[in-house]
Amino acid sequence: MMRAAPLRSLTAKIPPLGKAAIVFAAAMALPFVHYNGAFTNFLVTAGGFVLLALGLNIVVGYAGLLDLGYAAFFAIGSYSFAMLASPHFGAHGIHLPFWVLLFVASGIAAVFGILLGAPTLRLRGDYLAIVTLGFGEIVPQTFLNLSQWTGGPNGIGTLDKPVIAVAGLFAFKFGFDPLPFYFTVLGLIAFAVWLKSNLRESRLGRAWMAIREDELAAAHMGINTTTTKLAAFAMGASFSGLAGCALAANLQLVSPDQFQFNVSIYVLAMLVLGGMGNIPGVIVGSLILSALDRLILPQGTNFLHGIGLNVDLTSSRFLIYGVILVAMMLFRPEGLIPSGQRKAELHAAEIDKNAAAHEQELYTEAVH
Amino acid sequence: MDLFLQQVVNGLSLGGIYALIALGYTMVYGIIELINFAHGDVYTLGTFFSLAILTLLGVTGVVTGPALILVVTVTILGAMILCGLTGVIIERLAYRRLRNAPKLAPLITAIGMSFILENLMQYWKGPSPMSFPKVIPNPTYAAGPISIQAKQIIVIVLAVVLMFALQAFVTRTRLGKAMRATAQDKDAAQLMGININTTIALTFLIGSALAGAAGFVSGVYYESTWFFNGFAAGLKAFTAAVLGGIGNLAGAMLGGFLIGLIEAMTTQFISDQWANVVVFSVLVLVLIFRPSGLLGESLPNKV
Repeated sequence: MMRAAPLRSLTAKIPPLGKAAIVFAAAMALPFVHYNGAFTNFLVTAGGFVLLALGLNIVVGYAGLLDLGYAAFFAIGSYSFAMLASPHFGAHGIHLPFWVLLFVASGIAAVFGILLGAPTLRLRGDYLAIVTLGFGEIVPQTFLNLSQWTGGPNGIGTLDKPVIAVAGLFAFKFGFDPLPFYFTVLGLIAFAVWLKSNLRESRLGRAWMAIREDELAAAHMGINTTTTKLAAFAMGASFSGLAGCALAANLQLVSPDQFQFNVSIYVLAMLVLGGMGNIPGVIVGSLILSALDRLILPQGTNFLHGIGLNVDLTSSRFLIYGVILVAMMLFRPEGLIPSGQRKAELHAAEIDKNAAAHEQELYTEAVH
Repeated sequence: MDLFLQQVVNGLSLGGIYALIALGYTMVYGIIELINFAHGDVYTLGTFFSLAILTLLGVTGVVTGPALILVVTVTILGAMILCGLTGVIIERLAYRRLRNAPKLAPLITAIGMSFILENLMQYWKGPSPMSFPKVIPNPTYAAGPISIQAKQIIVIVLAVVLMFALQAFVTRTRLGKAMRATAQDKDAAQLMGININTTIALTFLIGSALAGAAGFVSGVYYESTWFFNGFAAGLKAFTAAVLGGIGNLAGAMLGGFLIGLIEAMTTQFISDQWANVVVFSVLVLVLIFRPSGLLGESLPNKV
């Protein structure tokens, strides 16, 4: 605490936009720290999951609706892109440009968010969680089963790469180097963060948080809870559409096994670890888990093999997510980097208790 | 028609297993309003414990005569006790502290517990499916056009017997009365001198023990198991509990048999790859159109 204080007073002088710019510049430079294809690919995937986490954060963190089937929207976004930007349909396939499909895929995902949300959002919190879980099981299974349209277990491959072109002047086609993808994902994240930080203070954002705290009270204050919750679902789903496009285009493949229940929980664990409802927290939580999943555990396994220990750490990843979920909920439910407000809410009981104890002291003093 | 009747038999025996698991979901939800995600994994753990006990007993094949009764009794009781204790430990470690926390917190914890249990089982027995010994002689009886296997009868009978025993326990005994009182109003129950913690622990003990029994039965029925079994089975059993009306024991039973029938019929008349989709669609539809289930009463929103 003592050492953190001067740093905090230093950072406090920088305006929020300046901080964001510094972080963004650092993120731009990140691939060059250790420039190779594998590392950049890791960064693209991690960035895609940051987008997913930011999207789920709207639903879970802001509106307080536990969505356990978020991977379904991710799947819908990815498959929308895959079907419309690949040789999959007809003699030559459909080849719409990536930049258009970003909007199309997130739109389709949002529509599905509304379709699922409209009938289910009036359910109580835990029932909603189960319905979304069921939906999360149905969607990948359906993509698996409808093999004449979706390629079944093999999925859809050889997806188009994005092209940046100015008519007649020049055209840049994304190649094997994932670096342009990284910058694309970074741009999408910047957009998402900008959108979200504006949303949170907006009428809609405050309505979400009111619903999270007390739905009944929010409804009595005149908030239309159904449309507000639907907006959260649609907005969250549309983010996963963006992530789906970017990740599918980079991987050039979609298949049903990329969207299992585990993925939904993986993203949820990112929120729980970082701090639900807080944008920096969500980003940090997401990066920690991505690093753990794709760098630390595989590297650690290699290291252990190197010193003669035949232990596969990667097979423990779900144990680690499980422990994170349980331990965070028990000991630090507000996450590693909470928003001040959320922290206050979650510890309201303790604060009440302290206040009560304080009152009791005053009372005892007064009596004696 | 013959096919249909045959699938009724298959569906009811499948449903017996779901019903036993659903009882645990419905009891826990009834008392602390928590969807215990780890319950499906406790059920798988029941199969694993049974396997371990059978290995200890040196049983690898069919047992006959008095030895059969002994082996089955020891295995099923052992699995029930071990699973029951696991349930109690899970409640103590993960859920008790969060009893008054915002509702999402224990739910997320339960998902975490489920992941932990699955991973521990994977360490224990490896990631691939393994076979479960054919313990019980399994003659097939012909009843007209349909054939019934002995193990199918055992599943159905065991499920029904355990359900009636549980129903009697909950409605006829003092402890059962304490459970019902706690489910209705924890604070009032506490004021009446009921030990809430013990009562909730008891609920977990019984629910998890039933899952242990279901685990043994499913080993006998499917003759194989693996660590990830509990996820789909748990979700289906939860569907059964919701379909029947959550918190309602007879409802869980009814829902279990219905889900078993739906699954068997889908497998027969549509295709087995759609079975899960159909079952989960039932879940979604029930929750949307009749969230109180077939036998449940509708609950007002708690303020």
